[in-house]
Amino acid sequence: MEPVLELRGITKRFPGVLANDQIDLTLNEGEIHALLGENGAGKTTLMNILYGLYQPDEGEVIVRGKKVEIHDPGDAIAEGIGMVHQHFMLIPVFTVTENVMLGEESLHTGNFLDRATASQRITKISQQFHLEVDPDVYVQDIAVGVQQRVEIIKLLYRNADILIFDEPTAVLTPQEADELFKIMHSLTEQGKSIIFITHKLREVLDVADRISVLRRWKMVGTTTPKKASKSKLAEMMVGREVKLGVEKNPPKVGDAVLNVNDLVVLNDRKQVAVDGISIEVHAGEILGIAGVQGNGQTELVESITGLRPPQEGTIHFLEDEITQATPREITELGAAHVPEDRQRDGLILPFPVADNLVLNTYYLPPFTQGVIMQQEAIVESAVERINEFDIRTPSPQTPAGSLSGGNQQKLIVAREFSRPIKLLIASQPTRGLDVGSIEFIHGRILEKRDEGVAVLLVSPELDEIMALSDRIAVMYRGKIVDTMPGGKATKEQIGLLMAGIEQDQEAAPKK
Amino acid sequence: MSEKQEPKKKGASEILLEEINGKSSGGSSSRRKLGQTLAIPVLAIFSGLVLGAIIIAVTSEGVYTAWAQSPLAAFGAAWEEVRIAYTALFTGSIGDPARIIAALQSGDSLEIRRAFNPFLESLVASTPYIFGSLAVALGFRAGLFNIGVEGQLFIGAIFAAFVGYSITGLPAIIHIPLAILAGALGGAIWGFIPGWLKVKTGGHEVINTIMLNFIAFRISDWLLSGPMRRPDSFNPVSPTIQESAMLPRFFESPIRFHLGFFLALVAAWLVYWLLFRTKWGFDLRSVGANPNAARYAGMSILGTTVLAMSLSGALAGLAGTNEVLGLNHNLAMAFSSGYGFDSIALALLGKSHPLGVVLAALLFGTLRNGATRMMVVAQVPIDIITVLQALILVFIAAPAIIRTIYRLREPEAEEEGVTIRGWGGD
Repeated sequence: MEPVLELRGITKRFPGVLANDQIDLTLNEGEIHALLGENGAGKTTLMNILYGLYQPDEGEVIVRGKKVEIHDPGDAIAEGIGMVHQHFMLIPVFTVTENVMLGEESLHTGNFLDRATASQRITKISQQFHLEVDPDVYVQDIAVGVQQRVEIIKLLYRNADILIFDEPTAVLTPQEADELFKIMHSLTEQGKSIIFITHKLREVLDVADRISVLRRWKMVGTTTPKKASKSKLAEMMVGREVKLGVEKNPPKVGDAVLNVNDLVVLNDRKQVAVDGISIEVHAGEILGIAGVQGNGQTELVESITGLRPPQEGTIHFLEDEITQATPREITELGAAHVPEDRQRDGLILPFPVADNLVLNTYYLPPFTQGVIMQQEAIVESAVERINEFDIRTPSPQTPAGSLSGGNQQKLIVAREFSRPIKLLIASQPTRGLDVGSIEFIHGRILEKRDEGVAVLLVSPELDEIMALSDRIAVMYRGKIVDTMPGGKATKEQIGLLMAGIEQDQEAAPKK
Repeated sequence: MSEKQEPKKKGASEILLEEINGKSSGGSSSRRKLGQTLAIPVLAIFSGLVLGAIIIAVTSEGVYTAWAQSPLAAFGAAWEEVRIAYTALFTGSIGDPARIIAALQSGDSLEIRRAFNPFLESLVASTPYIFGSLAVALGFRAGLFNIGVEGQLFIGAIFAAFVGYSITGLPAIIHIPLAILAGALGGAIWGFIPGWLKVKTGGHEVINTIMLNFIAFRISDWLLSGPMRRPDSFNPVSPTIQESAMLPRFFESPIRFHLGFFLALVAAWLVYWLLFRTKWGFDLRSVGANPNAARYAGMSILGTTVLAMSLSGALAGLAGTNEVLGLNHNLAMAFSSGYGFDSIALALLGKSHPLGVVLAALLFGTLRNGATRMMVVAQVPIDIITVLQALILVFIAAPAIIRTIYRLREPEAEEEGVTIRGWGGD
């Protein structure tokens, strides 16, 4: 059978860098083809070429046996290629129908929008593919998983039959992810073809029909879930053997380092986001906070780190009360914070790597003497950090913004871990990172814990929480719904708690 | 970044890193980067001059008269018109090369000074621009859009003038610094207010500085029509400042070149030093580049904002002070012809870097100074310079135009430069 999409010898160069090197890829009709690779391996570049955002320097794109040139996303849609982005492109105050209609001129009768027809078609598409989306609700009122389905409808509405999913499970609960996989299968059963970009090995093995792995801008090979295993895929991605499981020593738990009592924190919209939480983190242990994003974890971490003064309750760090302390006071007491959004909070992207490495110690000797910053000392220490944490950068003077995501994260970890600390607050420390970087950062976190640092780990990635935590607290709608020892918890159990379902209410959870 | 000092010796590891990445950070790449940085402004100025020439030709009656004879004659007339205008612009702002050479050969010192006077006048005209655009640039670096330079300039001038004429019997070595400090203080107060309002109430500095401009203009008008008016005059002019407060001039009249120009250069150096060498500058640039990360890193957004607005105001105040102490020797109603507003454009042109800002200010001072002669000799209205300046700025502000015309490559990475956050800000 003729493949529905074929990429032949795609090469893309950026000034000074090769981003794609002679990549071949075929997508058959009705298959889910997973594209696996580390960050910076060239997945995104390849998909952007397919989506018309970049033009390849060499190679050709063949859609249904016909060579095509795709100059912009409009051309891509015309060829039936659509992309579900990692970050949704939806307008919250519009209804589903209105969001789907955006930019679709055919829906206008004269100057008026023909909502009724559109709404009917959406209902039809929704039924056909079991998407269960109500066309008349506002996007801001529906769950993230449903919003993603709206994105899918947008593509189906435009008659796309080659769908690209870019890291689609990053924002979903395990249950929502399973729902998505069902939808993906129902799409392929009805003749759609899917390219599934991810770095999660488990998903690939569960869902994909074929798996292609990119490493360092080249196609390493294509395999199938039957022939592959997690460790084999990881090896293909990284180019060496990778420890997938985390080896942990038993924790040597000491005294309480962080003590949070009945904390109430408001979010930006002045709604209660953290609703009376009490937690205790001890020296030498990792407390993992699991939960779907947006359940108050961000606000909890911000109030502990001094970025968001709490409404009620107290926070103690060893003997000191830090409820109203400033970020600098808390840092100086010996707390480190790996922020959730590295580009928003953790780095000043236009500044050099060296400056970013001293972002919270720049005013202290040896980096500043009197009021004068000591460029030499800063660069010298940067070179040490760069080596120790294996930050891949052309020089300490390179702007942090031009590093890859993994290296940006290593930069933050290098900065936060190389001070003497007693408390580590790590918020999504491996968000969007590849297997190699995750292994590295997990190792460093465990190292700190073994040194006796109290670690508060917040992550929506269940695998991460389960691999690292000595205790797991599940957060749902601003409350800790349950706390359990790390070793005993099961994925299903936590997943249900994350979704707000009490175990005794649902006697027999469906699988 | 060119302004960062390179480490004295490269560590072995660094060399290794460079090899791993197959790239060297030094030498040719930084030279190429400098070229990229300069290409846009230089080409923008060139394009502005070309378009200006077209406008001169199109608005000239002589060209239309010639058109009646033949298109070729019209072309010749246009060429002649533009040649005369731009020659006058050059001799009016830099000097007449023939005259300079003749003067140097004659050895007559008076003649030499006169020959160089257009150039020195350009420096005099550039000086308030330097102060003003440093003020705007400092604000930009901290993520603040100070549109209030004009108002701060007036308040600074009022303070400087008052100290200049009201205090008597001081030696110049004390009186001059005192008057300068007063001028800086006046501007600083007028910059502090919107900074403080932003921090305390969230009031946007763009709105508040514009409003404070109006208040400053009216305060100045009121003072000059009453409390500060020269007793023996019906004009709205303050008393002449004491001779001990006047900035020294380097040559005899009519050459007005005075100390202010060098003070402006010192100010530029100080701003550079503050921004790129001190921890305060690091705070300021961090808050400007990413306030979230600055807060995360424990910097005080509030303190930095107020400090940056006050310093920016102080520099603006110095622009007014310079005119009072160095040039006019009194405070007159509406003495500033929009220096504060032009400075916004200059800070953009100079990419908010003190060196760039000084070069931009010199360019505009020179154009403005030469425009007078162009009007006299070539009968080209002085407004054409305003159009020329506007064109240059449009090209700077929309570099994509220049890149398209001259087929330049996109810059590889977002460079550190001007940062103005949008209205919805932070």
